[in-house]
Amino acid sequence: MSDSYYDPADLRKFGKISEWSEELGTKFFDYYGKVFEEGALSAREKSLIALAVSHVVKCPYCIDAYTKDGLEKGITKEEMMEAVHVGAAIEGGATLVHGVQMMKKYNKLSM
Amino acid sequence: MVTKSLKARQDELAMGNKQLEILNGGLFKEGEIPYFKDKLAQIDKLPLRPKKLEILQINVGYMCNQVCEHCHVDAGPDRKEIMTKETMQACLEVIKNTGAHTLDLTGGAPEMNPNFRWFVEEASNLGVKDFIVRSNLTIIRANKKYHDLPQFFKKHNVHVISSMPHYTRGKTDKQRGDGVFDKSIQALKDLNAVGYGMPNSPLRLDLVYNPSGAFLPGDQKAMERDFKKALKADYDIEFHQLFAITNLPIARFLDYLIASGNYEDYMYSLVEAYNPAAVENVMCTNTISVSWDGWLYDCDFNQMLGLKVASKVQHIKEYNETLLQNRNIIISQHCYGCTAGAGSSCQGSVI
Repeated sequence: MSDSYYDPADLRKFGKISEWSEELGTKFFDYYGKVFEEGALSAREKSLIALAVSHVVKCPYCIDAYTKDGLEKGITKEEMMEAVHVGAAIEGGATLVHGVQMMKKYNKLSM
Repeated sequence: MVTKSLKARQDELAMGNKQLEILNGGLFKEGEIPYFKDKLAQIDKLPLRPKKLEILQINVGYMCNQVCEHCHVDAGPDRKEIMTKETMQACLEVIKNTGAHTLDLTGGAPEMNPNFRWFVEEASNLGVKDFIVRSNLTIIRANKKYHDLPQFFKKHNVHVISSMPHYTRGKTDKQRGDGVFDKSIQALKDLNAVGYGMPNSPLRLDLVYNPSGAFLPGDQKAMERDFKKALKADYDIEFHQLFAITNLPIARFLDYLIASGNYEDYMYSLVEAYNPAAVENVMCTNTISVSWDGWLYDCDFNQMLGLKVASKVQHIKEYNETLLQNRNIIISQHCYGCTAGAGSSCQGSVI
């Protein structure tokens, strides 16, 4: 048992979740695999989206996985960092847009 | 950036048996991941046997003008192992009678062998269908005496296969050394100028991409598309095919994996990406590799690990294709590098 919540070696064991629920695990991984195939979006575009989302959901396993995936797909570090900023901008915007709610509430409560 | 070979640094990883000790130990010995032989047994491919011989790959020496970080040959300017004219003569005798349709010269930088041009001239007269020289590109610009190599290759209808780690300067120079990118671009322009790599040109120019780090190559077709687009747009360079080659955990790449703390993850990635369909076409089943001193191996990787063919015939001077066809191919855990994903060979992916 690891003495920390996140162990990088756990990423390799991701597939093991199917052992305790084979049907759901299999369905999930089939779906996952299908999502990342070339489609209307290229596998390269999907990899960059995944990298941005990985940062927004703050998943260290996903960040490791999609940095490596980006390297494998020849994505440059400049492209990767821009994707992270897209995620950060949306996340920052999501916080700040609530400022409008705060302003409305403030105004409503104030004489 | 490394500037000397492992051998010159007297590093123990310069020795094949030390590398094999690592490849056979650790995660494999502990049973965390299966040995390559177990994977072959599952698909009834143990022992691995040769198919029809198609490629004779000759390593004419380990001397090179570059010291690439990932080099499985541990090549460099300090390597003195060079094929003699006498051994080349023995190779020519074999080429005359071989059933193989492809002759593949590699190194080091093969052009640095003092008898390279003589050998190419002699070999090109022997009617080989596809005559490959693996050129690192920068050698063409390294010294005036090499500037006419594109014309020389053209004269002998040589198929040029060249390494190009990336279409950006940063990634290329990080793996191969400062200035390598600019020299490679100039060399590609020189090759294009005499007709190499041009659309519909019979003068074949293919590029080899291998990852600059501890990750596997992506889809070969997609990489080729990216390379073609970037090299054409930025430098007006043309080439035919891109071969995506997986780095095998041997010599300097193994040293890099261990030193950077990536060895275990990399081996896991290789095993995870194991594709039984790739076993069918692994290059050791259609290739014989000859070392600078004439010994015979199943592939260039086994050559670097010192694993000679398991046959009564082990040297070019006693070469016998029928006897060699009757051998079992020697495997170890580095072989996972050739069966990962779409597979990997000196001609790129195999499925």
